Amino acid sequence: MPDPVRSLFRPPFRNYQFDLAYDEMFEAPGVPRPHYQALFQTLLELPPEQMRKSQQAADLSFLHQGITFTVYGHDEGTERVFPNDLLPRIIPHQEWRKIESGLTQRIAALNLFLEDVYHRGRILADGIVPRELVYSCRHFRREMRNLTVPRGIYVSICGTDLVRLPDGSFAVLEDNLRVPSGVSYMLANRKVLKKVFPTLFRDYGVCPVDHYAQALLATLRALCPASSSTRHEPTVVLLTPGVFNSAYFEHTFLAQQMGIELVEGRDLLVHDNVVYMRTTAGLKRVDVIYRRVDDDYLDPLCFRRDSNLGVPGLFNAYRAGTVMLANAVGTGIADDKAVYAYVPAIIRYYLGEEPILPNVPTYLLSDPSQRSYVLEHLDELVVKAVGESGGYGMLIGPHSTAEQREEFRQLIQAEPRNYIAQPTLNLSRAPCFLEGEAQARHVDLRPYILYGENVTLVPGGLTRVALRRGSLVVNSSQGGGSKDTWVLRA
Amino acid sequence: MKGQRQTTMLSRVADSLYWMSRYLERAEHTARLIDVDFELRLDQSPEASSGRWLRLLEALHAPRPEDGKVDAATLTHILTLDKTNSSSIISCVSKARENLRQVREQCSSAMWEQLNRLYLQVNSTTSSEAWSLHSYVFFRAVREGAHLFHGVTDSTMSHGEGWQYIQLGRYVERTDAVARLIGAYFSRLPYSPDQAVESDEYLEWVGLLKNCAAFEAYCKNYTAELRPLRVAEFLLLDPEFPHSVRFSVDKVHAALRAIAELTERKAEQPERLAGRLRATLSFSQIDEVMASGAAAYVENVRQQCGQAHNAIHQIYFDYPVEEALRH
Repeated sequence: MPDPVRSLFRPPFRNYQFDLAYDEMFEAPGVPRPHYQALFQTLLELPPEQMRKSQQAADLSFLHQGITFTVYGHDEGTERVFPNDLLPRIIPHQEWRKIESGLTQRIAALNLFLEDVYHRGRILADGIVPRELVYSCRHFRREMRNLTVPRGIYVSICGTDLVRLPDGSFAVLEDNLRVPSGVSYMLANRKVLKKVFPTLFRDYGVCPVDHYAQALLATLRALCPASSSTRHEPTVVLLTPGVFNSAYFEHTFLAQQMGIELVEGRDLLVHDNVVYMRTTAGLKRVDVIYRRVDDDYLDPLCFRRDSNLGVPGLFNAYRAGTVMLANAVGTGIADDKAVYAYVPAIIRYYLGEEPILPNVPTYLLSDPSQRSYVLEHLDELVVKAVGESGGYGMLIGPHSTAEQREEFRQLIQAEPRNYIAQPTLNLSRAPCFLEGEAQARHVDLRPYILYGENVTLVPGGLTRVALRRGSLVVNSSQGGGSKDTWVLRA
Repeated sequence: MKGQRQTTMLSRVADSLYWMSRYLERAEHTARLIDVDFELRLDQSPEASSGRWLRLLEALHAPRPEDGKVDAATLTHILTLDKTNSSSIISCVSKARENLRQVREQCSSAMWEQLNRLYLQVNSTTSSEAWSLHSYVFFRAVREGAHLFHGVTDSTMSHGEGWQYIQLGRYVERTDAVARLIGAYFSRLPYSPDQAVESDEYLEWVGLLKNCAAFEAYCKNYTAELRPLRVAEFLLLDPEFPHSVRFSVDKVHAALRAIAELTERKAEQPERLAGRLRATLSFSQIDEVMASGAAAYVENVRQQCGQAHNAIHQIYFDYPVEEALRH
């Protein structure tokens, strides 16, 4: 047993730093948390050279497998490997149980909210959520009014971003209810880590995640309307915007893992409100579409006319009930960052329960007093555009320049409804293997929730890492990476 | 419903697999031609070598240099690493990969990784490497990369409809490429059909055989005595050699028959066209072929092959929707 404090100064922890953030691995400098003890020991004993070799082998394997994403705003089709870090993030079983029940509660409430808003609107009538907030949401779809979706499931697939605060508790940072991505990296990271730390992995007793694709397929099939299920087994397809989409690798990966067709808009056509795909043997009917295309681009007849990615007539077929979409159209109102502030109230309203996972405090800028507070404290707060994701349209006050703050001040004053502000969170930090040693970096956690016959969470998720020193932004498009997440068995 | 096989294949996917395979075959063919040229040039006068370059350009359907001067270094660059030339090796490998990337869920991970690795390798090669003492390393890498890809494909992918399109693309491309090559040689080189060729000429005919990876196999069949007639017979009509036109057309026909069966579209145009071409090659005698001219014969073969290609597009990849709805 090494002397705890001294061992900190040994490689690879020689330069490991602590600050006020919660450290995932250490409870105090040199004292690893019990569930990190074995990993800590392994790292002390492992020659750094070997870690470096493993990292190179992993990077190369990602490149060869083409596990890449496309960066927008650069040359078209710039492919980059999504950086992967070899040190697993470990979550004890008890903590996971709480996350699981918290997210199950949340997805149930959000689905009830969507059903209510697109039908009677009780929650609006009762004044729990302001009517104008919902109707002014960019992702509100009038076309969805009074359309009944199977089982009342609007959100079949959800990826919720959790952060751990300095006191060690988890909070929800945002819900991704439209087309959440990243699950393929969760599976790819796991595959690599099993090769790098086989013994450690086995001894730890890590919950498996490999059944995700199967669970996803079952979730999608659960959507199939009863009338057509007598005909044959439902035909499920995955609709991708195509090879230039940043998540194209994931689309191919999931289609392959599920054994379903990966289709583009041009492969589909609608005739008499029935959707067909064009195959070498003629036209074949499609029952369920797992669409990774945004609402706006789904159907040029109904939404954006300039979209080449969608299928003309698809929305009419959807209204006619001959084809199912996952997720449903219009779910973006529930992950609007201003509506987010009301989710605890939404949970209380529909379920009569207290939220298990808290929200992060959020300032609504359409409220004059909150707005003036925020405008005075721009240098301390994080400002986000309500309808954006992927780390775009964001101001991180403490890391911003005066010019950027001025730009956001004007943006906010021009369109207050379009922005929210949150305190700058000190996200928890976890060790990452960088520059040949362990360094602390900020992380978050995105578990994936599936809602079909029942709610399924694959134990794990994508732990995203802000790889730039001191950075708080974990998005892949903004220099983030990811690491495997080990949820321990009971 | 139990155990029911999934036979759906999107038209776009079939199209991509077909073209992926054609581009890869094209890259391999080009690599072999230039590699063989490197080897032969060492034994030849510059004039003989520039004559061969002109044939080579014709065989590859590449434009001849405007000033008529043949500069092997420039031409090699254009045919290998020039990204602005759509039929250079690098363009073909990139297009093969791009096609496979669009359908990568249809192939095994091992196939994708193999082609991706070849792509990364070709892309990291500099012009000076492709044109240096070690050029053979580059050309070998391309050839072996393609061979490895087909080996991996055969042993990791179901030999179902998708695999058949890969076969189809490969052998349609090969039929066309070998026919074009034979045409270029027999229309430009003087020869007397049934006499053994000598000295300088000998190297040229060895070159033709090596361009089709056929020299060793030819010697096994006919000994090392080269006669244009036999060379033509071997490259056109041999039923067993994998780079002969007849062998390739047999494969095209077999793939189309399998596809017709899998899609339950029997006796459609593509199969019929390929069947007719196959019959032509099966029943041709080399004396008759030479009597009417080998160049004219291969031109006819290429035309029929082109018709089959068009028919494949119309029936499987790009059919009118109105017709499909009637079924």
